[in-house]
Amino acid sequence: MWNFSCDNGIFYGGKNLISVKIYAFIFSMWILILVGGGLMVIFIGPISFPVDIDPKITSVVKISLALFLIFIWVLILTKIKNWIFRSQLKS
Amino acid sequence: MQEQIIIAIIVSSIAFFSVYALTPIFIKALTSRNLTVKDVNKKGNVMIPRPGGIPIVIGLVAAEIALYLFFPISEILAVIIVSVLGFCVGLVDDRKVMGGWFKPLALAFCAAPILLLGAYDSNLSFPLFGSVQIPSLYLALVVFMIPITGNTINSIDVLNGVASGVVTIASFALAISLFIMQNYEIGIASLCLAFASLGFYKYHKFPSRIFPGDSGALVLGSTYGVIAIVGHVEVIAAIAILPAVINSFLFLTSVKKIVEHREIKNPVLHTDDFKLKTTDEKTAPITLVRLIVAKLPLSEKQIGTEIFKLSIFCGILAVITAFFMEVKI
Repeated sequence: MWNFSCDNGIFYGGKNLISVKIYAFIFSMWILILVGGGLMVIFIGPISFPVDIDPKITSVVKISLALFLIFIWVLILTKIKNWIFRSQLKS
Repeated sequence: MQEQIIIAIIVSSIAFFSVYALTPIFIKALTSRNLTVKDVNKKGNVMIPRPGGIPIVIGLVAAEIALYLFFPISEILAVIIVSVLGFCVGLVDDRKVMGGWFKPLALAFCAAPILLLGAYDSNLSFPLFGSVQIPSLYLALVVFMIPITGNTINSIDVLNGVASGVVTIASFALAISLFIMQNYEIGIASLCLAFASLGFYKYHKFPSRIFPGDSGALVLGSTYGVIAIVGHVEVIAAIAILPAVINSFLFLTSVKKIVEHREIKNPVLHTDDFKLKTTDEKTAPITLVRLIVAKLPLSEKQIGTEIFKLSIFCGILAVITAFFMEVKI
């Protein structure tokens, strides 16, 4: 049974606003996943070199770029985490 | 379609009722053999039988075998084998405390059947934008997926009912997503996981009568991971377990290394009325539970409810993502 009065979930009379921040963080992650996927498909996927270059080199370049994208993704997420949970992390 | 619905009902019933019926037997057997651990979040010396992985794996694998008899495809076979291997890794860790690197490495080897059976598609699909083909990167993803999902579920198994509850919600979301994407066979496999987990949740929920242990958490996590790969829904699967992913992310970015969970300082303390509150210890890791109780001490049951609400939210996002998979910009 949902209890919207005071003792459950994000509705602790505004006391437990941290829950709202967690939802915001999850939503940010979701958006980053959608955007990151788009970057992979639009920019990294179509990369190809002239036929005389070994396909393995193309693959290595794609993997390197994908890993770089994941690194950036984690970096942005860490920044968002620090920004959203700043007050909690300092305490 | 009607035939698939009947099969889904049959295998889901096998998964749910096997785990539901077997778990009390194992509770008695484990208790009589004194295979119990203290529930640290309860007042007094409350001892809970552990591990509960055996009834989970029996019910789950029985249902998956029944599914394989209806749909004899390599993907279902891969699910069965990886589930059993994940359980074995967990059982080793239940019996003997292994180092922090044991589980990730052992679970990486559990992905071998997926590769050997060729039960994967090297195209990585993303919502809205389509798919990208990077076969080498995808092979690495297959190897890493099982350790990630296994350890992620294991790391959230800190409160009564949370691991089984989160897997139940995420698996239902994954099953709905697979049905939306018209991948019915793997969708039914995901339903088996959801119902097996639900059957166990009945005894694992607050106040727990049994703990899943590493064997239970890893069989749930590794099965979830293999379904994500063979169902070709890796991104959706990651979204559906975002609360557990966030827990691991917060933990790893605060500890900055992979360690066995028994080695870490407890991020939460108990108040006099046995609610959980955040620790003042600066070096203790940041976890999802620590964030939830950052402002206000909460009871174990309240925290569990918070995590389930987050899981439902992520489940909804996962289903929305499944609809996005069908749309191309």
